[in-house]
Amino acid sequence: MKQLVAVLTVLLAIVVIWYAACIPMNIKGVLTEQERAGAEVVPPSAKDRRDMGEIGLALRNSFAIPATWAQDRPRLPAPHQVAIELWETTVQKKITSKRSLVYHGWVTLSATILGFAIGTGLGILLAVGIVHSRVMDLSVMPWAIVSQTIPIIALAPMIIVVLYSIGIQGIIPKAVISAYLSFFPVVVGMVKGLRSPDAMQLDLLRTYNASNSQVFWKLRLPASMPYLFASLKIGIAASLVGAIVGELPTGAVAGLGARLLAGSYYGQTVQIWSALFAAAILAACLVGLLGLVERAVLKRMGMAQ
Amino acid sequence: MTSESDTQPVIEAKNLDLTFQTNDGPVHALKDVNLAIDKGEFVSFIGPSGCGKTTFLRCVAALETPTGGTLSVNGMTPDEARRNRAYGYVFQAAGLYPWRTIAKNIKLPLEIMGYSAQEQEERARNVLELVDLAGFGEKFPWQLSGGMQQRASIARALAFDADILLMDEPFGALDEIVRDHLNEQLLALWARTGKTIGFVTHSIPEAVYLSTKIVVMSPRPGRITDVIDSPLPKERPLDIRDTPEFIEVAHRVREGLRAGHGDDV
Repeated sequence: MKQLVAVLTVLLAIVVIWYAACIPMNIKGVLTEQERAGAEVVPPSAKDRRDMGEIGLALRNSFAIPATWAQDRPRLPAPHQVAIELWETTVQKKITSKRSLVYHGWVTLSATILGFAIGTGLGILLAVGIVHSRVMDLSVMPWAIVSQTIPIIALAPMIIVVLYSIGIQGIIPKAVISAYLSFFPVVVGMVKGLRSPDAMQLDLLRTYNASNSQVFWKLRLPASMPYLFASLKIGIAASLVGAIVGELPTGAVAGLGARLLAGSYYGQTVQIWSALFAAAILAACLVGLLGLVERAVLKRMGMAQ
Repeated sequence: MTSESDTQPVIEAKNLDLTFQTNDGPVHALKDVNLAIDKGEFVSFIGPSGCGKTTFLRCVAALETPTGGTLSVNGMTPDEARRNRAYGYVFQAAGLYPWRTIAKNIKLPLEIMGYSAQEQEERARNVLELVDLAGFGEKFPWQLSGGMQQRASIARALAFDADILLMDEPFGALDEIVRDHLNEQLLALWARTGKTIGFVTHSIPEAVYLSTKIVVMSPRPGRITDVIDSPLPKERPLDIRDTPEFIEVAHRVREGLRAGHGDDV
């Protein structure tokens, strides 16, 4: 109950700040519209208004404040506008429609999941190699770190162009970009997890004369599970970002990234914001789903109480 | 009447030396250690930190490699003995896998050594009974007290029935009441199984109460200063600790520890 109150308080504060922010953000546009519609605006000259502060304008033309929350193309759409757009483009549209966010969400999600699978598999393989081979530890780890310092937004067009030139297009390039972002947390987490058994536990297996593969399967791998899940949660969010970024440079016609791009071409801020929220909600669902899997697995392993 | 293999010591160290190379220069962990342990003996190693008692046990287990002298276990090199699974090792911490039940923890060495599922089941049940944990097989480690966890780890070391049991301060982290209880149980277990036990401890009463032979060690460099053959009978109730014989042995151990410390104290 106490938690719920805290969560709702924060939510309420955000909504209040958001509505308040809409006033100065949108007031100039609103006043121009109102003036054209014949309303008395202070000061009447658009030139004078341009140099005035937004808050001062809003105070002098308080009648126009409600209109800042109801524009067609506001600079900053109000929360209810985004909510209505989200509702109309998910529930009220057929999911086959090109305007349905469910359709676009699915396009992005499929690339995300494929990229996440590739990234996770690659990450685990690299981690196993790094833990078992000193050479790989020295040669692969620095490159894995360097790979994450390159801005993905700069690299994504290159990946798409290169893959296109060898005849690969569609979902694969997006998945590659998303894998590129998601393998890293998995490598780091898995390396830490596979190395988490202490010297005593390794000595114990040595006294049994256990082979390296027995040490891996019976000790290192199960010990790494909590680390793996922590990494997977970061990895899947990164995968989604990768898939969206992968949709931007191609001028893709489908996907949340395409919605963002189209929205910004046509000044459809409401559409941009609702695509942003759709992406955030999608990421939250994916992370939450992984959390459930984590709980089930660790409970089954006896590691969660 | 006895054949030669019976009279040969199970563990024999001759002029054993071990020097660790550290960043602060070489550390002489063991110097000129000579010791013979016969089959069925209960040998305690006692001494202050850094006297090499744990290091000696780890040499026997082939977890450390001596830099000089010879060491034989069951007539083999320690590493051969390790590969033949000649000993069970109990560490200071129970080190049970949190993702395995107690029974599955005990089956861990058996799985690694390739026992059949049926035999694993049987042996796990037997050793659980031996350490008085029958009925706790399906519990997870966190559901057990510290003393019970340590008993489970002893059961794990007993499961594959090696002749030698090496114990490195197994009860060091437990309170005295639990410790007394476990000491009593350990003696009963030793009497029943006839294993050769090497036992590292900080506690004089524990060493005297348990052992047939007490090895007193001192640090810098780690060496043996006294080897005491206990005159106490094999049958030892807890109140034997109030008898004059017990107090005399304890006194001699204390003297040995003090002498080894020299001017350091």
